Amino acid sequence: MSATEAPKPAPAGAPSKAPATNRIGHTLQDYKGAASTLCAGCGHDSITSQIQRALFESGVNPYNVAKMSGIGCSSKTTAYFLSLSHGFNSVHGRAPAVATGSYLANRELLHICVSGDGDTASIGLGHFMHMMRRNVPMVYIIENNGVYGLTKGQFSATADKGSTHKKGFENEMMPIDACALAIEMGCDYVARSFSGDIKQLVPLLKGAMCHGGTSIVDVVSPCVTFNNHEGSTKSLKFARENEEPLQEIGFVPYYDEIKADYPEGTMKTIELTDGSKLTLKKLERDYDPSDKMRALDLLQKARDERLFLTGLLYHNPNSSKGIADQLNMVDVPLAHLPESVTVPSAAVLAEIMEEYK
Amino acid sequence: MSLQTDADSPTATATPLPSTAPIGNEADAIVNDVVIQVATSNGTGSQSANLVLMRTIFEMGVPVSGKNMFPSNIQGLPTWFTIRVNKDGWSARRRDADVFVAMNPESAAEDIAGMRPGSILILNEELQKFQNRDDIHVFVVPFNKLVIPVCPDGRLRRLVVNMMYVGVVAYLLHLDVEELKGAIARQFSKKPKAAELNSNAALAGYQWAAENLPKQYKFVVKRMDKTKGKVIIDGNSAAALGLMYGGITVFAWYPITPSSSLGEALIDYMARYRHDPETGKATYAIVQAEDELAAMAMVVGAGWDGARAATSTSGPGISLMAELTGLAYFTEIPAVIVDVQRVGPSTGLPTRTNQGDMLKAYLLSHGDCKHPLLIPGNVKECYEFGIEALNLAERLQTPIFLMTDLDMGMNLWMTDPFEAPTKPLDRGKVLTAEDLNRLGEFARYRDVDGDGIGYRTLPGTKHPNAAFFTQGAGHDDRAKRSEKPEDWQGNLDRLTHKFNHARTIMPKPVLNADEGATLAIIGFGTSDPAIEEARHILRTQHGVKSSYLRLRSLPASAEVIQYLKDNDKVYLVEQNRDAQVASILRMENPELGNRIVSVLHYCGLPLDAQSIVEQLEVHLGKRKS
Ligand SMILES: Cc1ncc(C[n+]2csc(CCOP(=O)(O)OP(=O)(O)O)c2C)c(N)n1
Ligand code: SF4
Ligand SMILES: [Mg+2]
Repeated sequence: MSATEAPKPAPAGAPSKAPATNRIGHTLQDYKGAASTLCAGCGHDSITSQIQRALFESGVNPYNVAKMSGIGCSSKTTAYFLSLSHGFNSVHGRAPAVATGSYLANRELLHICVSGDGDTASIGLGHFMHMMRRNVPMVYIIENNGVYGLTKGQFSATADKGSTHKKGFENEMMPIDACALAIEMGCDYVARSFSGDIKQLVPLLKGAMCHGGTSIVDVVSPCVTFNNHEGSTKSLKFARENEEPLQEIGFVPYYDEIKADYPEGTMKTIELTDGSKLTLKKLERDYDPSDKMRALDLLQKARDERLFLTGLLYHNPNSSKGIADQLNMVDVPLAHLPESVTVPSAAVLAEIMEEYK
Repeated sequence: MSLQTDADSPTATATPLPSTAPIGNEADAIVNDVVIQVATSNGTGSQSANLVLMRTIFEMGVPVSGKNMFPSNIQGLPTWFTIRVNKDGWSARRRDADVFVAMNPESAAEDIAGMRPGSILILNEELQKFQNRDDIHVFVVPFNKLVIPVCPDGRLRRLVVNMMYVGVVAYLLHLDVEELKGAIARQFSKKPKAAELNSNAALAGYQWAAENLPKQYKFVVKRMDKTKGKVIIDGNSAAALGLMYGGITVFAWYPITPSSSLGEALIDYMARYRHDPETGKATYAIVQAEDELAAMAMVVGAGWDGARAATSTSGPGISLMAELTGLAYFTEIPAVIVDVQRVGPSTGLPTRTNQGDMLKAYLLSHGDCKHPLLIPGNVKECYEFGIEALNLAERLQTPIFLMTDLDMGMNLWMTDPFEAPTKPLDRGKVLTAEDLNRLGEFARYRDVDGDGIGYRTLPGTKHPNAAFFTQGAGHDDRAKRSEKPEDWQGNLDRLTHKFNHARTIMPKPVLNADEGATLAIIGFGTSDPAIEEARHILRTQHGVKSSYLRLRSLPASAEVIQYLKDNDKVYLVEQNRDAQVASILRMENPELGNRIVSVLHYCGLPLDAQSIVEQLEVHLGKRKS
């Protein structure tokens, strides 16, 4: 099933001016939430805006969305978009597991989970890994600033080796690369982006929403208050100066056709679960995102050489079974099953009792 | 005065009891009141043999219960299975056995030393060197020789030899051979070859005993009709059945003794009975989580969406579930946690029983947290409360703990068959899009009905007013983040009000009172059979009449408080060191606190009547402490 709904024919006589509404009749305003309480300039806020845009432009039905998060500045942001959707700001690190339960109960919802690097790569690393291992359909966004913002700037496990703390000392430990782990765990849609790269982030998010399994979007999102200094590899300046996009990315919904015309061999098309497509225009590197070993290799190189590579890192064209199919679940959301289906008959109980007689 | 229940009195004799003369005489036989204990090493398949023995006695119409005492280990350590046969249906542990089968060299010396004088020992010939008692009846059996002709395959002998002691016990206790054969056929109904092999072994044991051992008349099992229509089941299977009949849709768990068999039983039942007959698809999801935090997190996530969700665990898992339990409490999400208690703290004794999580479960998580507990006192209630737990969780929008223990969960109990639920599931207060159209307004945490329980909408509800933001952080009645003191305190007070409402709808206690009772007892859970037996002993041997209130849930209902008010002194029996339930009652009823006198049992073994009687004797001035 697609998270997005196909456009309805425009009502006769509808104004043809720039639409204030998307194809299911919602305005961008409908995709907004409460006012943000984050620091002015925080990378997380620009990601929130891109999430709103991606949802709005894709025509996602807000009533079909469940917003999940853990704890952290990043996790708070689920309150700042889609106030028409149910949201669950759970506990630190456990959002992947909470979201897994939610998905099992209602597989019709589009689950969007927003987490931080501390939430995902430290306290919740185990749940993160197991969510991917189970291939729980979900857009999982990591707002990655290399620090614990909400507890005032301690290093997180994604801080690069050699990156400096606000108090001057260096991180000497290996960073955890959530994208490398994701590929390793069999995740079929793995992307990295930068909160300031609107052009790239929006199509990557749209693509993630059309993917049938877990999709990981790790977004470097500068903490302007605690990790924006010289020496930080997650500062705005560092990200702006060092970002190296692997592709120029476009998104084409399943009901549209690819219009852009590129010279032979310069563009790849990725078909997503619901039939929508990502167009990847070649930049400097010749990169094939369906090559798992190549992706891991490149990420290792990026870690060693401190490259900030962004784009679609990995996509498996033969997507793996999602958890609902692994468990052979009925199509109807389990939460909606009537008692006539969930409570076996008295005759069955009598049969069971007979075995214990 | 001795309160020994066995009619047998210790008779120490100077010389070894000869094993050729008949033991006892038929006229004085103790009929249908015997405890048989078998010591083997774990992993040798003795469980099947013991089940066959139990089943044979059950089919003879004699009440029987079985307890497996096993090590926290997979193979090779001593394990004891105890079968209590009792015409009156007493099923609590008894301290010592009447008939002991010694098959395990590891424990033989200690086992034999611990035997009660006058009791019967069936001893594997190879363990004779451990036998130095002259005050017990000893039957030496060359099991390892007897098994050779019966079981040509040397590799299987270690397993099959167990069925030979079944034959010997059957002969000595006068069991019905036809029932024995039937029990074996049933035990191995899916493996005809094994059935034949085991049947031959049992009969060979029986035959050998008939030809070589003297008759034994001290303990005799005779056919009666007290098991007709009854079933034998363990509490974990019963609770799993309860969850299935409670319409469970999501179960997330992480294996831990003694709760694992609950998850496994549920997997089996659901695979058989909860697939769509047309598509073959599952109407449920069962997930083996990565740990108990994840298990609880999945339950909370599923409950949020409106699934009937549960997990099962034991002490260490309860500790891990603490934070998420607090989240569910404060965000008011239905969840069911089955706690099959084992001995803590820490790893403790994973394969021993107690009631040591009561206080922890009641107050689990940081801050002001309180949770309703359902406390089944028998396997039938494990089933019934399994259903009820899912109903109460949705009704009260809060985590509900189903508190059983290893003794209940893993041991075998005789019971009346379970009945299918007659009332519809309680799905609690949920507003649909149509409801929202009608009402116009919706505030998630507003106490509209005066019971402290707000209305919820489920994710996916297609209505502009449906959504709300669930958060463990402070919130107002519209679920909006709030740090205002009045919002915070108001919310906590409403939660207390809801908790007090729970008092009125949870299962009421059961009161059993002798007329003219002078002694008041409160107990719960698996203490029940031992308490009833202790009352019987007090009544028949001390002339002390008692009343007994069996607690079936917490928070305590008005009936429990009234019982405390009606009795100046109440003995509260529980299986933990710190008098945990007494502490809960005292905390909530300080003015009645000094009426409670604790009777505690916490050595890890199931509670026995004698332990209660002895402690009460001290209080009654009949025994020095
Ligand atoms: C169990 C637990 N431990 C510690 C905390 C304190 N805490 C809150 S947020 C946070 C780190 C958040 O870091 P991250 O996920 O990177 O989010 P950011 O604030 O950087 O967006 C910590 C340690 C907590 N809420 N819960
Ligand atoms: S502390 Fe950092 S992460 Fe948190 S809101 Fe401020 S800038 Fe953003
Ligand atoms: Mg962070």
